[in-house]
Amino acid sequence: MKKLGNKDQKRATGKISRRTLLGGVIAAAVLPVQSLFADEIPNEKPIIPEITDDPTKIVGPGPGPLGKRSPFEQPVRKASDISSRTPLQDMHSTITPADLHFERHHAGIPSIDPAKHELLIHGLVENPMKFTLADIKRFPSVTRTCFIECAGNFRTGKAEMTPQDILGLTSQSEWTGVMLSTIFNEVGISDKAKWFLAEGSDAAVMTRTIPIAKAWDDAMIVYAQNGEAIRPEQGYPIRLLLPGFEGNMNIKWLRRIELSEEPYMTREETSKYTYPVKDKIRMFSFELDARSIITYPSYPQKVNKGWVEIRGIAWSGRGKVEKVEVSTDAGKTWQLANLQEPVLSKAHTYFRYLWDWKGEATEILSRVTDETGYLQPTLTQLVEARGANLGGYHMNPITAWQIKNDGTVLFKPETIK
Amino acid sequence: MNKKTVLIFACPVVLLLMSLKTAFVPIQVQLPLTDSLKRPAKFGFGRPATAQEIAAWDIDVRPDGKGLPAGQGDVKKGRVLYAQKCAMCHGVDGTEKPGVKLPGNALVGDTSATSKPKTIGNYWPYATTLFDYMRRAMPYNLPGSLSNDEVYSITAYLLNANKIIKADVVLDAKNLYKVVMPAEKLFIMDDRKGGPEIK
Ligand code: HEC
Repeated sequence: MKKLGNKDQKRATGKISRRTLLGGVIAAAVLPVQSLFADEIPNEKPIIPEITDDPTKIVGPGPGPLGKRSPFEQPVRKASDISSRTPLQDMHSTITPADLHFERHHAGIPSIDPAKHELLIHGLVENPMKFTLADIKRFPSVTRTCFIECAGNFRTGKAEMTPQDILGLTSQSEWTGVMLSTIFNEVGISDKAKWFLAEGSDAAVMTRTIPIAKAWDDAMIVYAQNGEAIRPEQGYPIRLLLPGFEGNMNIKWLRRIELSEEPYMTREETSKYTYPVKDKIRMFSFELDARSIITYPSYPQKVNKGWVEIRGIAWSGRGKVEKVEVSTDAGKTWQLANLQEPVLSKAHTYFRYLWDWKGEATEILSRVTDETGYLQPTLTQLVEARGANLGGYHMNPITAWQIKNDGTVLFKPETIK
Repeated sequence: MNKKTVLIFACPVVLLLMSLKTAFVPIQVQLPLTDSLKRPAKFGFGRPATAQEIAAWDIDVRPDGKGLPAGQGDVKKGRVLYAQKCAMCHGVDGTEKPGVKLPGNALVGDTSATSKPKTIGNYWPYATTLFDYMRRAMPYNLPGSLSNDEVYSITAYLLNANKIIKADVVLDAKNLYKVVMPAEKLFIMDDRKGGPEIK
């Protein structure tokens, strides 16, 4: 079948476009390897304007209403039918520009009039209530920087993979909104409530059940991302923010919360986002396990002999990054990397390690330890703990880059035997 | 709430006024890590939700049957509806055929835990989830368009096709939640709490 570009898509409205239809096939893939590079949507080529040799001799254009990136910088998300991935290799620190935040949705991006959007809270509460966006913004506000990561964030399978291809379903923003506890206090929560259902107003009417403890701990309802209103792909006008919990639970386009004594067992917490562990299926894995990735040097970059600053990000859904270690000898020995301060809880943490490369073929790796004492495992350790039929969720193995004699950098795709 | 106490020195004008009466006194302010300084019992923002507003949105169904609406459906009607509204994306009989890439997931398989692909028969722990999901999100091109009777019928058809209920069962709010799914016994809650163990 032919791929549809954006233009074809428009023409195909009314009918069911292939891109829309495809969602299911990819979502159903069991191993990440199977969905590898499925139906990627090509990115447009940048247009570079004519450049003069001496910019000091020509007065440039004046100020404008909206800033743009330099035409020489073209970081782009890599979009497939159901998600788009953050270009981790283009990031120099840990805040993801909002237009590069990864996307994953199950029935497209809804268009919502903020003036009409309301949040309903009901169930085991004293007073069932509705809040407009304006109401939500009147409550005391809080700003927090943390990552959001899809629980299916790991791909492997071939050497020509970038950090974006491998782990691009994680991004970090500075989120602003109201603590969910503030809103729950307003409604009054019954002692019997142990869980709450959060529901979006997209065409999937996405639902997940969340333990009530998260509401009293650090859950938020957010309306701003990096200082401005949330992007439509990220849940405009409001989304749930559950720091450290799997991305899918951070319900976007939030319209309803219902308090309950038991979980709802929605499709996304039973038939999806669950994975085999030996002869059982594990469900309700909320926190994302600690992981790290070297983003420089990485494929398709090349390194030169001499000093190379190895750079990357590390994070944990269970708290702060305690330390990151880097190996430049294929995992035989490990050295401490420098962590960029401030190290925030449940946040991407930038690490750096200075390496004097002598030109030998080798492998470079990183591994993180979080504040609970958890050390990022190898793929072999994960297979030992869970069995060879790993599924595609909550996979956080140590990953390696191969450095060739000529400075070529390639991913090391490990396979499960 | 987590609070940090800091000392803030009053601004010059206030200081001047104060110094007329008392000696210089640092003012103690509570600087919160979350939320604001003073908190009323209630802010009074938002409004009560009416019963009709709740009913219009409250479409979730729990494994204990809470939320199942009035209505009923059977396998025969479900088979017809499936052919009309679902087969185009999930296949004529809902099964995966080698070499065929369907837009929607395979819905019918067998009930053996190790079977691939993951389907309602071998991977869905609760029958109520099927009702809840199809009512809210399917058919993909017309979400939320099925009547409650239609959802009961398609649920009956798919449970029968997966060899979980007999062909003559009529499903309704009283019996759907009692259907025991083969996969329920496989599911375990994650009990990891962090720490060094790899699990
Ligand atoms: C236009 C194509 C299309 C039609 C028509 C359609 N579906 Fe789907 N269906 C999908 C896609 C795509 C998904 C996966 C959605 C996702 O990834 O969240 C899906 C998912 C499902 C699932 C969840 C499967 C799983 O294993 O998680 C069920 C059940 C389902 N559909 C039932 C139905 C029923 C019943 C009908 C008819 C009333 C129907 N579908 C009509 C495309 C379709």
